[in-house]
Amino acid sequence: MKVPNDLLYYKSHEWVKMEGDTALVGITDYAQNELGDLVYINLPNVGDELSRDDAFADVESVKAVSDVLSPLAGRVSEVNEELIDAPELINKNAYTAWIIRLKDLGDMDELMSAQEYEEFLKKEA
Amino acid sequence: MGSYLPSTAGERQEMLKTIGLEHLQDLYRDVPGSVLLADSVDIPEGQPEMVVRSKMEAMAARNTVFPTVLRGAGSYDHYIPAIVSTVTSKEEFLTTYTPYQAEISQGVLQSIFEYQTLMCELTGMDVSNASIYDGASAAAEAVMMTQTRERSKVYVASTAHPEVIQTIKTYCWGRGIAFVEIPQKDGLLDRHTLETLPADTACVYIQQPNFYGLFEDAQQVAMLAHQAGAKAVMGFYPISLGICKTPGEMDFDIAVGEGQSLGIPMSWGGPYLGIMTAKKDMMRMLPGRIAGETVDNEGRRAFVLTLQAREQHIRREKASSNVCTNQALCAMTAAVYLAAMGPQGLREVAQLCYEGAHYFGDELSKLKGFERVHQTEFFNEFMSCCPMDVHAFEAEMAKHGILCGLTVDDKLLWCVTEKMDKAAIDGVIAVIREVCGQ
Amino acid sequence: MKLIFERSVSGRRTHLTPKSTFPSKELPQALARAKQPKLPEMSEVAISRHYTQLAKQTFGVNNGFYPLGSCTMKYNPRVNEAVAALPGFARMHPLQPKATVSGCREVLDTARAHLCEITGMDDMTFQPAAGAHGEYVGLLLMKQYHQSRGDHKRTRVLIPDSAHGTNPASASMVGFTVTHIPSDVEGCVDLKALKAALDDTVAGLMLTNPNTVGIFDPNILDITRLVHDAGGLNYYDGANLNAIMGWVRPGDMGFDVIHLNLHKTFSTPHGGGGPGAGPVGCKKLLSGFLPMSHMGSRIWEGEKPDSVGQVRAFYGNFLVVVRALTYILTLGKEGIPQASGMAVLNANYLMHKVKDAFPLAYDRICMHEFVLTLESVRKETGVSALDVAKCLLDYGMHPPTMYFPLVVKEALMVEPTETENRETLDEAAEVLLAIREMTKTRPEKLHLCPNTTPIGRPDEVGAARNPRVRYQFPD
Repeated sequence: MKVPNDLLYYKSHEWVKMEGDTALVGITDYAQNELGDLVYINLPNVGDELSRDDAFADVESVKAVSDVLSPLAGRVSEVNEELIDAPELINKNAYTAWIIRLKDLGDMDELMSAQEYEEFLKKEA
Repeated sequence: MGSYLPSTAGERQEMLKTIGLEHLQDLYRDVPGSVLLADSVDIPEGQPEMVVRSKMEAMAARNTVFPTVLRGAGSYDHYIPAIVSTVTSKEEFLTTYTPYQAEISQGVLQSIFEYQTLMCELTGMDVSNASIYDGASAAAEAVMMTQTRERSKVYVASTAHPEVIQTIKTYCWGRGIAFVEIPQKDGLLDRHTLETLPADTACVYIQQPNFYGLFEDAQQVAMLAHQAGAKAVMGFYPISLGICKTPGEMDFDIAVGEGQSLGIPMSWGGPYLGIMTAKKDMMRMLPGRIAGETVDNEGRRAFVLTLQAREQHIRREKASSNVCTNQALCAMTAAVYLAAMGPQGLREVAQLCYEGAHYFGDELSKLKGFERVHQTEFFNEFMSCCPMDVHAFEAEMAKHGILCGLTVDDKLLWCVTEKMDKAAIDGVIAVIREVCGQ
Repeated sequence: MKLIFERSVSGRRTHLTPKSTFPSKELPQALARAKQPKLPEMSEVAISRHYTQLAKQTFGVNNGFYPLGSCTMKYNPRVNEAVAALPGFARMHPLQPKATVSGCREVLDTARAHLCEITGMDDMTFQPAAGAHGEYVGLLLMKQYHQSRGDHKRTRVLIPDSAHGTNPASASMVGFTVTHIPSDVEGCVDLKALKAALDDTVAGLMLTNPNTVGIFDPNILDITRLVHDAGGLNYYDGANLNAIMGWVRPGDMGFDVIHLNLHKTFSTPHGGGGPGAGPVGCKKLLSGFLPMSHMGSRIWEGEKPDSVGQVRAFYGNFLVVVRALTYILTLGKEGIPQASGMAVLNANYLMHKVKDAFPLAYDRICMHEFVLTLESVRKETGVSALDVAKCLLDYGMHPPTMYFPLVVKEALMVEPTETENRETLDEAAEVLLAIREMTKTRPEKLHLCPNTTPIGRPDEVGAARNPRVRYQFPD
């Protein structure tokens, strides 16, 4: 299971990549592997205000649907519309297939480092 | 008594012995003794098939089957080709479950896929689900499909079928959604309301032809709804689409209909067929089952239930609908009916309904006191006045084997289907003359 | 196999309707459809053969053993069909005058009386068209009950985590929020968790008993009492009534409102997914809230001012009720408990024969169905519940329900029903044991099943990613 060092992580298996005063959010390799082949994703609207733990998207496989939770607070400034037609991009590489970009960030204290997330995964298993 | 249990008393004892028990009661030891019934329930003794059958036949005989039906209002007496019930009574179709195991369910899955295509062709819409309960619940589910965070208010034409209006109203009350009835004038909906729809309007629902049989300016309604950023939903009468402009051609977002007229007997109100079709961009909001085409592991064409992540068994409390089953056998009925009719046959049926109703309307209005109530275009239903007490009139007509127009206040809502030819209508007119002493 | 559209030949047709005898009249252009629908153009023989071929690729109860858990795939008696086809039922218009439909009324009144007696309820509506539709009505009754008492804060519904997905989905449709109650180690309601969840915001509890793992909850009287004490109502999901009819009644267990699945318990055919019927029974305190037919009420019963309204047109799936009544009159007071008793015996007998091969989710006397868990088999051999199900197809048997309930991993839920004979159960057990052997000796073969069916495993991911939900005509 890949856990790149330059990203931050959240307990519900999302990753965060800080870019200046914005953050990209996606789901981790572990999460996509658990979900299996993704067939659809519901995206939020640009402008949506998110608190930490808000479900901002859901991803569907053939037999399951799963909420994607926001690992931090912020406002949606961009959504990755490429995923609407090709949710399988998440299966191909979970760390390039970002889902949303957030700005006006806050409530970031629950984020984990790569090392912490790997420990967390071990405990979960 | 009658029973469908194959096992003999001896087998039963052996089976109990195998699992280490003595009596059937021993299987119910988790049931608290205070509520376990000492004897069975208090219903009549069971009877053999022959006895039960004659009992049920006697009940059926206490009903009056009208040879002539001039009543519609949501249930229509159309001709049902013999091939229809022959196909749908095949035991494989009759006794199968929802096709969860695609490998042994290609027949029923393909029939649903064909049904979906037929509904799209009929309505001019892009997608169809595998059907739901009936036309009224389809209308209510359609209204629910249009709900968004910003838009929830529902506008429903008061000229729609009263039971459809009531059903939508119940669903709105359940979800806590604002429901507004659009007023009417001369049997048509008053467009005034639609010119000033508020920003939180989710949808406008109209019926075409409407409850009184009249054609609304449906295209205009769809346009006004869209201008306000709302969805336009149309209830349709499938037979009318043999000749009438389709919801697709009029740019509706969702089109729903009662499919009973497509080969399903009137059945005192059910089971019927809820047809649900939509524009492509609303596909994922559709409730219920949807069959899709794919390939199997060897690349052969295959059909499966698809887009299931919309549904209750996966999405649970987050699902937008709880619909679980469709009306597969009724959907197949409609499909066989449309195949039997073909494009030409369906057009002919619709044309016969249209011509027959207009001939009857013309002849009726020559009688005193039976003037048409509305003067605008209609399909095969229309309202007339009645010169005597409507219920007395209804009873007198019934004596002649005629189910007359539905009594709506002190007026009559008539319906003519292809079952009536000119001679039959002339006969009805003669009876009305006699009944009214004209 | 060819689609019906691929069998269409331009100009072919049937001749079903007469020529017009009326003065000709054309619909005004502005109202007429411009584009003609591409309905198939076929001869009657071609239609007949098309559907005969489709039937060959469809598996019904009449084709073989169908132990689909939670679905009660019992035999559908043919006399029911004959009775439902009588013109005196099938040709009745729903808005005929009262004096002309006393037979229809008698059907509903008789079915209501018998079903109320079987369930211990006081009143019943036949309007709901299916089980989920019945749940919806039951919850509307709950909502109306609390609102009529001015008790507006009751908006939570308690639902066990083993429940059918329709339960929480129905609750959302009436604006209730769902609190999940975990199952205890025995698969029953965790009483402690239930107590902790109860307060004055609870509208009620939805419960299936026997529950979805096939166990009759021995604490049922405590459960319903606790909910009542907290001011809530108890809803009985009748999905599993086939285990207990004639032995114990939901009304006596403390339930206030129930739905029945006539297409499960009362032998009416499933029809590939419908039509079914989901009548809702209730105790007196909810009777005034039952749905009505807006137009029918003028003919029959007058207005019902407290009714929740209506949830579809007219009175329900009447012909399904006709079939169910025929069944009830056939079985009668002795036949009803015998049917459920045999359903339970058949399940226990089959469970006994396979439990050494496949672990049970809960090893105790079951009701009409039992749940196997293949989690350990999968870990050990790589063979999943899906693989086993697909292998069963090659043996001409419909697989059990897979991956439900969600609280059991790698679940296979088996419900043989009472209309299967002992030979069938013995054969099914042998097949399951043979498959279990294969999981040890040739697990790779199981991943490739089925091999004898018209198609192999379909690409469901492809179907969902690129939905093709209608036929595309060649240009």
